[in-house]
Amino acid sequence: MELTLWTYEGPPHFGAIRVAASMRDVHLMLHSPQGDTYADLLFTMIERDGKRPPVTYTTFQARDLGGSTADKVLNTLRSAVEHHQPKVLLVADSCTAELLQDQPGSLAEGADLGVPVIPLEMAAYSRKENWGASETFFQLVRGLLGNQPIPERTARDPQQRPSVNLLGPTKLGFRCRDDVRELVQLLEGLGVDVNVVAPLGASPHDLLRIPAADANVCLYPEVAAATCSWLERRFRQPTIRTVPIGYGATLDFIAELERVLDVSLSREAEALCRLPWYSRSVDSTYLTGKRVFIFADATHAVAASRVASREMGFEVVGIGTYSREQAREVRAAAAELGLEALITDDYLAVEAAISELGPEMVLGTQMERHIAKRLGTACAVISTPAHVQDYPARYSPQMGFEGANVLFDTWVHPLIMGLEEHLLGMFRDDFEFNDEAVPSHLAVGEATLRAVVDNTAVLDRGPVWADCAERELKKIPFFVRGKARRNTELFAVEQGIATIDVDILYEAKAHFSR
Amino acid sequence: MTAAVIARDAAAPAAPPLSLEQERGQRAVFCGLTSIIWLHRKIQDAFFLVVGSRTCAHLLQSAAGVMIFAEPRFGTAVLQDRDLAGMADCNVELDRVIDSVLARRPNLKTLFLVGSCPSEVIKLDLNNAAERLRRRMDGGVRVVAFTGSGIETTFSQGEDSCLTELVQIMPARRDENPELMVVGTLPDIVEDQFSRLFESLGIASVKFFPARNSEALPAIGPGTRVLMAQPYLGDTARALANRGADILTAPFPYGVKGTRAWLAAAADAFSVAPSLFEQVIAGPVARAERALQAPRTWLQDKRIMFLPDSQLEIPLARFLSSECGMNPIEVGTPFYDAQLMSAETELLPDGVRWVEGQDLDPALDRVIAAHPDLTVCGLGIANPLEAKGLRTKWSIELLFSPIQGFEQAADLAELFARPLRRESTLEVGSWS
Repeated sequence: MELTLWTYEGPPHFGAIRVAASMRDVHLMLHSPQGDTYADLLFTMIERDGKRPPVTYTTFQARDLGGSTADKVLNTLRSAVEHHQPKVLLVADSCTAELLQDQPGSLAEGADLGVPVIPLEMAAYSRKENWGASETFFQLVRGLLGNQPIPERTARDPQQRPSVNLLGPTKLGFRCRDDVRELVQLLEGLGVDVNVVAPLGASPHDLLRIPAADANVCLYPEVAAATCSWLERRFRQPTIRTVPIGYGATLDFIAELERVLDVSLSREAEALCRLPWYSRSVDSTYLTGKRVFIFADATHAVAASRVASREMGFEVVGIGTYSREQAREVRAAAAELGLEALITDDYLAVEAAISELGPEMVLGTQMERHIAKRLGTACAVISTPAHVQDYPARYSPQMGFEGANVLFDTWVHPLIMGLEEHLLGMFRDDFEFNDEAVPSHLAVGEATLRAVVDNTAVLDRGPVWADCAERELKKIPFFVRGKARRNTELFAVEQGIATIDVDILYEAKAHFSR
Repeated sequence: MTAAVIARDAAAPAAPPLSLEQERGQRAVFCGLTSIIWLHRKIQDAFFLVVGSRTCAHLLQSAAGVMIFAEPRFGTAVLQDRDLAGMADCNVELDRVIDSVLARRPNLKTLFLVGSCPSEVIKLDLNNAAERLRRRMDGGVRVVAFTGSGIETTFSQGEDSCLTELVQIMPARRDENPELMVVGTLPDIVEDQFSRLFESLGIASVKFFPARNSEALPAIGPGTRVLMAQPYLGDTARALANRGADILTAPFPYGVKGTRAWLAAAADAFSVAPSLFEQVIAGPVARAERALQAPRTWLQDKRIMFLPDSQLEIPLARFLSSECGMNPIEVGTPFYDAQLMSAETELLPDGVRWVEGQDLDPALDRVIAAHPDLTVCGLGIANPLEAKGLRTKWSIELLFSPIQGFEQAADLAELFARPLRRESTLEVGSWS
């Protein structure tokens, strides 16, 4: 057993629902007890979907367990097909149904439903949501294309535009809708056709056209990596693996397209990217060395570490992921920064790491937003799990050149602007413009939170602050005061000093600025 | 087990039984685990440990909607392959998880072990585990097991299951003097309002169950008069009756009429003089009726349908028809408890289709065909209906908001009026 308070990922069958809900003409029959229909609300409330996900649940109860739940499966299969008339039927167990061993997949295959059936094994007690989405997408693609003859791959006619598939975007992913639009636009401008986007918006018929493209872009490896490798083996379709999040990664993505497709592509679109200039402009000087902590799914964690360290000039003090399947990539990104990656799905461990490192900003998921709020730290959400406010009405991609612009704005927003920070320093003693002031664009409530955090002794039985030192500490700008207090106390403890006076405060400052 | 449901007014004619249609099919309801979301806010010195799967944990955080800033006082012991394969001893594993909960929360007074669908299917005996843990804790922490599984309970029934278990360990009363017990989780503010009213009525000894802290488990026995504050606690009522309590027959305290009749049942049982009763409630009643006027203008003559969800459907349909002038056309409820609803049944309007159970797709087809002015439904269904041009009220809010009593009568009506008012305000998009 594993104690879970909040969970980063849902169960694997929820990943299957995400894939089914992303597509057209696909229906999922989920063998599950009453109550599992809660899954619908994530789509209709968080992503504001105007229709229920295409799922029919058996919703068995105790009284059904006495009789034959298998009959209930058959009845549900028939009424689901009759009512929804899908082109492909997915059949899966939820965690409880897996224990009953009714084999709904086999039942469906033997039931002469008049619709292709793809049975799924969801391994509810060892796997999680993203694995479930990946497995479902893979089984769908393999189920539909497994018998298709392998087309002759001849050299492309140079007169013909190259084409790619965009694989991996789903419902309830992070900004998938806008990422797809941004990339379609970018590729269009580069003269590369988009053959199929899947699962998001695709029909089973579209999946049949996948082999016609020259390459597959593995946009979200959590969902599409397994499918891309199979397509590579089966149809010798190469995979483009650079995830174009950030300015540099988008340029690398174009370079990889050139290499794989053997074409030469324009860099004109780069001019649309304001991130490089915004980052170089003097106001951004204050971003230098801001200490950030990153925790996300692997795709967004790896991308954020590059953007934060090389494009924003932050100092990444910690990085981690809950995606165990992609942990290797995050470990590599961490190693590049001289860090050790935190691979965990225990949000308490993430909270402990953030408290210990005391970053100035957290780039994380909905969980980290709450952790950061409690600690009074700035935060931007960069990955699922996300809440309703992270499915914005406006166009807000993460990928491509516009995505890089969005990242710059989103990550700078929670911080105090350069000029503002400077003025706060200058007017530190002004009774109105004092250091209890909050960034002018943030809510008033934050000030109190910050004060609470600021005044909390970091150590339980730490050294005592002399009045003079306490007054001196107040003169330090508030955004570094917490850190100064903590460092001074740590220094005092190390040195065995019981009372902190002004001298010790500056001794500690010198010690830590080595 | 039969309940000692006693009618205070023996002269009142027995209400005709409600004629119900039964539906069997796909149900779109939460499971009983969802009750933990309001129970843990009420009983603040308790921790709710679900023994289940990742689905249970995912449901709890999804239904909680906004995640809570503080570390939650509920969690899930997620079963793994090795637990199921018998490679790990579930009792040893459970002890390990509980030790880590207790280490984080040393001030815990009660630990609830909550059964789930998977724990029930593998027949993990949580009552036994609770018994064993009680011995191990040596009275330091009270350990109580109940089920919130979807195969046994729907949504609000989780509270019924929890309270039923608590009734078993209530101490026995030493005397048989009349004492009032109000049963069902109420928001603290509502509880305080009712306390003041009972005090003014001269009903001195009132216990609320569940109480705000778990040590205040009320004593039970002959002499205890039980007033049910929530319409989904049938097993709890029967368990209380089995321990000698009298269950008062009353409608539920929604709206002015409902609250009045609910308080009157207590007043009768404690022989409160009618003149005192009228004097005490006159002010709140007048206030509530004034406040109801505004939302009623939006609700009058509007057609409403209820999809089965919270078990509040029948008393709410009664309130909306008798006090707000709405016309219920179909009222679905997950299950119908004739005993609990006996006082409601006589107040219900005619010409309503009453449905017990659910078959989701045909029910949605009926909603679309009837095109009511308002549909009360679960969270997963609300936006899809809105997208089809219908106005909805999602029902989970009815369990989280203070809606009982005189002072909340208008707030309750306003919950239903707001979607209609919004429709008339917006000049974007279209609903019809």
